Amino acid sequence: MADQGQSLVDPYTGLKAMELNLGPQHPSTHGVLRLRVRLDGEQVKACEPIIGYLHTGIEKTYEDLIFQQGNMLSDRADYVSPIINNLCYVLTVEKLLQIEVPKRCQYIRVMFAELSRIASHLVWLGTSAMDMGAMSPFFYTFQQRELILDLIEMAAGYRMNPSYFRVGGLMRDLPPGFSARLHAFLDGFPHWLDEYRGLLDKNPIWLDRLKGTATISLAQALDYGWTGPLLRALGVAHDLRKSNPYSSYEDFAFDVPTEQDGDVYARYKVRMREMEESLKIVRQAIDNLPEGPWHVANEKIYPPEKEEIAQSMEALIYHFKLYSEGFLVPPGEAYVGVEGPKGELGCYIVANGAGKPYRVHVRGPSFYNLQALPALVQDRMLSDVVAAIGSIDIVLGEVDR
Amino acid sequence: MAGVDDHAVMFGNLNRLTAWARSNSLWPVQFGLACCAIEMMATAASRFDLSRFGAEVMRASPRQADVMIVAGRVCQKMAPVLRELYDLMPEPKWVISMGACASVGGVFNNYAVVQGVDRVVPVDIYVPGCPSSPEGLIEGVMQLQEKIRRGGRPLAPAMPPAGEVARA
Repeated sequence: MADQGQSLVDPYTGLKAMELNLGPQHPSTHGVLRLRVRLDGEQVKACEPIIGYLHTGIEKTYEDLIFQQGNMLSDRADYVSPIINNLCYVLTVEKLLQIEVPKRCQYIRVMFAELSRIASHLVWLGTSAMDMGAMSPFFYTFQQRELILDLIEMAAGYRMNPSYFRVGGLMRDLPPGFSARLHAFLDGFPHWLDEYRGLLDKNPIWLDRLKGTATISLAQALDYGWTGPLLRALGVAHDLRKSNPYSSYEDFAFDVPTEQDGDVYARYKVRMREMEESLKIVRQAIDNLPEGPWHVANEKIYPPEKEEIAQSMEALIYHFKLYSEGFLVPPGEAYVGVEGPKGELGCYIVANGAGKPYRVHVRGPSFYNLQALPALVQDRMLSDVVAAIGSIDIVLGEVDR
Repeated sequence: MAGVDDHAVMFGNLNRLTAWARSNSLWPVQFGLACCAIEMMATAASRFDLSRFGAEVMRASPRQADVMIVAGRVCQKMAPVLRELYDLMPEPKWVISMGACASVGGVFNNYAVVQGVDRVVPVDIYVPGCPSSPEGLIEGVMQLQEKIRRGGRPLAPAMPPAGEVARA
């Protein structure tokens, strides 16, 4: 930070350039991101993201925990949509174990993953609108996000970081009265989506700052490894829920919204329509929710019920083994990618036959989206940097891990 | 003072008056680290509405703030930055350590996370939870207000000897 604000002559252009340091404490960087920006007047000549301010050692810590415990770390990587991180992790472990969870569990997982996607997009909408100087959308979006968190709390017992999905099933079944409350949310939310659009869609400042801002070509985007809404805003209908369905996504009817322009406004429109599609999926999941078991009937993987432990010696032994040594995972490696709110969220696990993973790697989409930031803001105005950061929707917990 | 009802005049000492005023207008630094920062945003947003307690004016500059809510895990690379932010805040200043990570390192007992922000800055209030619920943070803010009204200041400076932050 010593070079902050110093004027220097650019050795290549001979122009007087200024180096400006944004972050790591800066309200519009969505976390502890630091940017070193070289400016010519207000024009960005170079922009270098400096990451690592939230490096938590999550991947290393996985190696220290039994598989079922590791789920809790996945919550804390992308903490804006923890449930989808849970899903990615448990699917990978289940792939290694070669088990498939019952249909009811798969539907509940889809339901919560889509609710989580809406919650994540709401955080994005509120914060990026605040970056553009609009304060009200933040209060509007967080009000609806609270309703989603209430639903998660009702099912899992905790608002954020719930670790609701477990390897082999769920933490518990849906509580009584859940369906009515979910329907109340589903019925009310479309009105609020219209409210958000009413606040923003005709706002001249919003349109001026978003349209045509922070574009890159499709070829560049693919080179940078972009996925998710950012790629869909460039006209590519790539969605892992369609192209590589997991957890029964093939049972649900939904569209993949795309836009052609690839600017910040196109990303905004894609995400707004994604929330509508997610609503459709949630409604289908709760209306067609199959009856039946909600975890695998394998006591070597999923612990027995509490009442059973009090009566059966065998159940007690299984319970003890599962919470001390954990279940053993056969040697091998597996990768599962799921469609996260920010792009392809992947989890790669190497197992060596023990109760703990040998190596875990997380493909955080934010990391890949962030690396395109210098290209997005090259030769643009400094104020566009803020719009660009908002539009790529990064979570630093996922970038730095 | 002729004509003024006795009951309309309040006598007190100046310290108590300033403490009362300070406690009801806490200005936090707008500074989030990880998961808890999202809950901190929720606390400031519509349902929980931190402004009921006079602590909603989040300032982007530490020079305009008097309370720092350390919301999230403090990593080795962030610790010196956090200390610099704290030093930039004008006196009197207070620190709320929000959540398990900021208080004791939380679930991350590893090489990357500072095992408690009290190794870097003196902490007044610890709020439990992973992440703390908005109700928890509000309780923490109210406890801090109570402490300020009592005239409480941080105890002995909680700074470790130089160099320990880097080794921790």
